[in-house]
Amino acid sequence: MKLRPAYIAGVAETPLGEVWDHSELSMAAVASREALAEAGLTFADVDALFTNYMGEEGTVQLGEYLGVMPRYADSTDLGGAAFEAFVHHAVAAIHAGRCEVALIAYASRQRTRRSRKMTRESDNSSLSAQFELSYGLPGPLGHYAMIAARHMHQFGTTSEQLAEIAVAARAWAAKNPKAWARDPITVSDVVGSRLICDPLHRLDVCLVTDGGGALVVTTAERARDAAKRAVRILGAGESHTHWGIAQMPDLTVTAAAVSGREAFGMAGITAADVDVLEPYDSFTITVLLALEDLGFCGKGEGGAFVEGGTLAPGGKLPALTSGGGLSYNHPGAFGLLLLVEAVRQLRGEAGERQVRGAEIAVAHGVGGLMSTASTVVLGHD
Amino acid sequence: MTDQGPDLTGLPADPTTAPFWRAAREHRLLVQRCRSCGTHQFYPRPFCLSCFEQDPDWVEASGHATVYSKTTVRIPVIPEMTPPYVVAIVTLDEGPRLTTNLVGDEPEIGDRVSVTWRERADLPPLPVFRLAGDGGRGGPPPSQEGAG
Repeated sequence: MKLRPAYIAGVAETPLGEVWDHSELSMAAVASREALAEAGLTFADVDALFTNYMGEEGTVQLGEYLGVMPRYADSTDLGGAAFEAFVHHAVAAIHAGRCEVALIAYASRQRTRRSRKMTRESDNSSLSAQFELSYGLPGPLGHYAMIAARHMHQFGTTSEQLAEIAVAARAWAAKNPKAWARDPITVSDVVGSRLICDPLHRLDVCLVTDGGGALVVTTAERARDAAKRAVRILGAGESHTHWGIAQMPDLTVTAAAVSGREAFGMAGITAADVDVLEPYDSFTITVLLALEDLGFCGKGEGGAFVEGGTLAPGGKLPALTSGGGLSYNHPGAFGLLLLVEAVRQLRGEAGERQVRGAEIAVAHGVGGLMSTASTVVLGHD
Repeated sequence: MTDQGPDLTGLPADPTTAPFWRAAREHRLLVQRCRSCGTHQFYPRPFCLSCFEQDPDWVEASGHATVYSKTTVRIPVIPEMTPPYVVAIVTLDEGPRLTTNLVGDEPEIGDRVSVTWRERADLPPLPVFRLAGDGGRGGPPPSQEGAG
């Protein structure tokens, strides 16, 4: 059976940075309307709705706000990686004939609300509360810090190598007018910034900003009136490995090993085919492990791989081209904005940060406590 | 009372971990061991993750472990812990890993450590780990400390 190809036909960012004149729902609505307009569609066309972190019952409150009563609804909580997984699910639902126009939307005001937490557990009987939080482990920061420490111990990775990732993100952010942090930084700045949880420094850690976005997944037929070129979804995959950090089988291998294999296999590509990479950068170590697990370099080689500006403008693997969660925007869950940037790169509309001749883009989400991963491969027909 | 489940007074409200916490009051570190394949596991589950046999036994662990990873936390997280302090993952000699604190002279990743206990006001003591008696960097496994 020949499956109908699925496309991302519209994308939009919500207002970004510090947003005082919107609610989360109104931000998501503004972005959704804009993304649908790009796709040549309206809210009346939407028959599938996807969101995470938009309140109790997920899509239900958002659906009411948008006036959408879907025939396919998905609020799967894969943390920041939910959104690449939503693309995966939307493609599967379109293939199965269960929907034709999928709207994925998200917004957060973590900065103005000061609501990002170091601890996620209020119930003292949860396994996390009993066996992690009682030791003062800050989530997710402490989890990622111990992953970085193990990678350093096992492979000799250095803080300077991790810092290269933050420096690359900032160099891209300097080219993005919407980026929150645009002043150049150096490796010395990163390793000289305050240690938060060893070995992670302040500048190894993502921003806390308001933001979000929306995107539309649909068929070629329904995207025929799109204002801009629709981008084809070539592959998608997802996985998760653990919740408690002591349950992660190997601290140096993430769920990307599975999500990448699935997505690249579906697309029929390898890492060598990727022109632009949008990896989730909650922390610098998040990117390093994605590079290894997605096959851009071997296990343990991520540190050497990123040295010398590999990911930066002009480097051999343009990555974090929006400036990433480290420098552009990180609204708690960054995965949707990775997809927005990947689509804009493939359309050639990324302005000063455009990667010339980009044909294949990968958005790679990571969520939870390095728990989840989801990977989407985008290209053209 | 049996038809209302175990008495969890002074314990986390989780019936499945109550044996662990009751033993912790006596400074004994329990893990599960599969009665079929012998694999140890922690935290407890009603089946073996390796062979799926049901109802693993509770057994006392040696208290000897190796540091798998660690971080020094330099930000306030919970009122009971004043930064900086060290959170670690240790691999018990029996196999399972635990998240814990390292106390005393700071062990490095790969060092041998042994269990000791930190008393708490409202809950049972927590197993934490300190550098093994020989300095943690070689020699035979240290004698068990702090376990009764």
